[in-house]
Amino acid sequence: MNTQAFQKVFTSLVTITKATCTVRAEGISNEEMALVDGKPAQVVKIVGDEVTLQVFQGTSGIYTNSQVVFLGHPPILKVSDELCGRFFNAYGDPIDGGPAIDGKVVEIAGPTVNPVKREQPSELIATGIAGIDLNNTLVSGQKIPFFADPNQPFNQVMADVALRADVDKIILGGMGMLFDDYLYYKNVFDNAGALDKIVCFMNTTDDSPVERILIPDMALSAAEYFAVEKNEKVLVLLTDMTLYCDALAIVSNRMDQIPTKDFMPGSLYSDLAKIYEKAAQFQSGGSITILAVTTLSGGDITHAIPDNTGYITEGQLFLRMDTDVSKVIVDPFRSLSRLKQLVIGKKTREDHPQVMNACVRLYSDAANAKTKLENGFDLSEYDKRALSFAKDYSENILAIDINITVDAMLEHCWGLFAKYFGKHEIGIKQVLIDKYWKET
Amino acid sequence: MTTETRKGSVFAIVQNLISVKINAPVMNKEICYVTCSKTGERLMAEAIKVQSGLVNIQVFESTRGVKVGDPVEFTGNMLQVTLGPGLLSKNLDGLQNDLDKIPGTFLKRGSYNVAIELEKEYEFIPTTEQNATVAAGDWLGHVKENWFDHQIMVPFNLKGKYKIASIKPKGHYKVKDIVCTLKKMDGDELVEVSMYQKWPVYLPISAYKEKKRVFKLLETGIRIMDTLNPMMEGGTGFIPGPFGCGKTVLQHNISQYASADLIIVAACGERANEVVEIFKEFPELEDPRTGRKLIERTIIICNTSNMPVAAREASVYTAMTIGEYYRQMGLRVLLLADSTSRWAQALREISNRMEELPGPDAFPMDLTAIISSFYARSGYAVLNNGKTGSITFIGTVSPAGGNLKEPVTEATKKAARCFYALAQSRADSKRYPAVDPVDSYSKYLEYEGVQEYMKEHIAKNWIDNVLKAKNFILRGKEAYEQINILGDDSVPIQYHDRYWKSEVIDFAFLQQDAFDKIDCYSPIERQKYMMEFILDICNAQFDFKGFEEVQHFFKNVINLLKQMNYSKFESEEFNEYKTKLDEFMAEKRIAGENE
Repeated sequence: MNTQAFQKVFTSLVTITKATCTVRAEGISNEEMALVDGKPAQVVKIVGDEVTLQVFQGTSGIYTNSQVVFLGHPPILKVSDELCGRFFNAYGDPIDGGPAIDGKVVEIAGPTVNPVKREQPSELIATGIAGIDLNNTLVSGQKIPFFADPNQPFNQVMADVALRADVDKIILGGMGMLFDDYLYYKNVFDNAGALDKIVCFMNTTDDSPVERILIPDMALSAAEYFAVEKNEKVLVLLTDMTLYCDALAIVSNRMDQIPTKDFMPGSLYSDLAKIYEKAAQFQSGGSITILAVTTLSGGDITHAIPDNTGYITEGQLFLRMDTDVSKVIVDPFRSLSRLKQLVIGKKTREDHPQVMNACVRLYSDAANAKTKLENGFDLSEYDKRALSFAKDYSENILAIDINITVDAMLEHCWGLFAKYFGKHEIGIKQVLIDKYWKET
Repeated sequence: MTTETRKGSVFAIVQNLISVKINAPVMNKEICYVTCSKTGERLMAEAIKVQSGLVNIQVFESTRGVKVGDPVEFTGNMLQVTLGPGLLSKNLDGLQNDLDKIPGTFLKRGSYNVAIELEKEYEFIPTTEQNATVAAGDWLGHVKENWFDHQIMVPFNLKGKYKIASIKPKGHYKVKDIVCTLKKMDGDELVEVSMYQKWPVYLPISAYKEKKRVFKLLETGIRIMDTLNPMMEGGTGFIPGPFGCGKTVLQHNISQYASADLIIVAACGERANEVVEIFKEFPELEDPRTGRKLIERTIIICNTSNMPVAAREASVYTAMTIGEYYRQMGLRVLLLADSTSRWAQALREISNRMEELPGPDAFPMDLTAIISSFYARSGYAVLNNGKTGSITFIGTVSPAGGNLKEPVTEATKKAARCFYALAQSRADSKRYPAVDPVDSYSKYLEYEGVQEYMKEHIAKNWIDNVLKAKNFILRGKEAYEQINILGDDSVPIQYHDRYWKSEVIDFAFLQQDAFDKIDCYSPIERQKYMMEFILDICNAQFDFKGFEEVQHFFKNVINLLKQMNYSKFESEEFNEYKTKLDEFMAEKRIAGENE
């Protein structure tokens, strides 16, 4: 971001707080970008001739007569095919030592897609992970987060999904990412030879936290370029959205807004929706699919961040360590993909919906049996069978290190039904049982 | 009310709240337009507060690029909708713009349109004559809209009696053409009536004779609603539930199968893909009662979560006003709003930005009052001509953290008569619809008129049966708790019997597969048949040796009942499963009633 000729310069700062400063200026437009003593800032409030700016990196070192240069435009990104394989910071400037990007200038956080111009998502994105493909199928144009504790291997799972998924572009938006994790992604993508279809916007823990509120909009503006103008299938990875929300809370606090639940701003729902709703299937064939990470504290999903997220996204994926088989699985109870109905049994085999439900129901019977066992009661013969089923199901189907096709998953499930249950116990439509039951 | 436009200029901007300097009178809630001088876009806004000489307006769009000094033009109107033929099957935004008419993939700021095609011709058939005496809301004649007679009515804002000075004969006219002229009874005032009129959304339309206590069942085809917690024509209900409990699927099901003439879906701050589902599926799906396509009886008002927050509040009022308009024609309107919590949040954002002192969870203090008066706009109305029309309102609530003690749920509970509580525990075990059979209620079961109606239209002992079924569920739950505390072996076998009988009701009646072609819709005759059959099973006594046998037996019963649910009612397949089940139970059945 460089100063250019004919930009408005003002030097009379009347207020400086930790993160904002107010300058006397005229002819300034709302949400305009500026440089305060060279530091990037954005207009957040105008009252008469007093313009309040949010200084992303904080205001320490700013004088009451520092130079404030207004750039005349809101945050922008230059988009073109040159973005591919490149790494940028929150302002869209390269951080990989490469040259600046030449391309069309777009304002980030642009307008909403007209809902009548959307297409209904209908393309399955296969990942090879049964906890996703079988139970919580991903669909192009969907938005879905991982709800995970910080110690869970969500970065590995995200990277796996990204590389296995059949998409044209992968855009990674990193917010408050540990530098190690940043290098992890870089390596994984590099080793897979996928770097040319990756675009990365990165705010690591080394950078200022407030900057990261620009990351999702940057990533999604790039995604919209590829999806709308190039009709490509784009997968956007956003991690970690909890840190993004924390940054929003800091800003709102500094703007003297009344906090709501868990000290989050009242507009949290709308703020998150604006990001997640950029996921869309376009009529031209392009699509934006968002896979995000929301870290939880102690698995608490009633906290305002996961709670609001859950109401916006089309499902959520939970990772859980299954101690019985000592493998990480995608939790079948708490995970959900709302769009799966659009593809399962339609793009996949007809028995998919019922097999999926039967497995989860039987798995829940096993969970009840486990509770019984823990409470010191005797198990019925059925309980014992359910428990063996659950172990088998968890180890050979759900575990995230398994990579098989949906058909293979279904065949496996029918195998398990026959191994552990009778036909009357699985609660599946008779016609399907007649067709798919595997006699042992 | 001043109608000439007055001009002011922008003085301050914080997000979508703008303070305007103006040297002229301004009405609260007045609509105005801010012109963004940088781009030339005209942004619609609404006056919400006047403070120390400045008018605060909330802009229905992003205020990016607006500068101090940009012109603001006040229109003299409150937010109003245009009502006339041609609204059916439309996809509107919260401010009644026709989304299909907006060019481009993206919603460009400042593009507005009129949803009604004023130039379109309809065949007008007058049903009144010259010199007849009329009042607001009276029917003057009708035009065909899709499948029904769209009434052209005396404008709702007229007060007192009028005489028809002239009325056009049968023929084709444009929507904007004058079809009738009215003369005030005790004056000379002449009123010209075209096929459309305008109405401010925040005011209820009350051009009817009276509102009556509701009594008629509104069938939804959903067993846990119709049988256990019935909704009435003109009634109110709400569906609170944490995310992932099937709120939206349930609402979609209601919108597909409810016995209403017109469904208005207000997608209020929810996911765009859910609306797309309606856009794509409703033109394909058939109304099981009339055989017509669902879209023909549907209007979608759409302010999805990424559309401007300020227009969200407007969207539910727009939906209600359009509902009231069609009610005036004697239609049974069902209004679904998903979700009212998003509307409440929109109120909170604005209240917060205006630095009002907050109430609980930072919601505005008058939240309860706002919600109550909105729900009160529903009801069963007797029109001026003795015909009836109704608005049934069902809203969903998205309680923060799934906590039903939060302000929006609490406020709604006071206003709505039916409560369909979605339970996380039921959703976790995939027992859909996840409506909690114990916590949910319909106050209408206590209404005398409703009881009479059920007796006459379903069965004499219907309400008794419903209460019995509820009792079985409750007792089953208690037995289950005992079994869990004491262990399978340590409780009498009757406990297992009780628990499993409640499971029969749960699996074979309460649970319903929304994605199965047959099971998704269960007409009331079928519900009656199944309820009576299941109660018969619950009342029977069986001979069991041990608790494992109980489990095994009832699992088989449940399986066969589910197969019945998946079969066409009274088809060969259906009857086969029934016979199979009867035979299976006969072996274990012992004479006499249970307990």
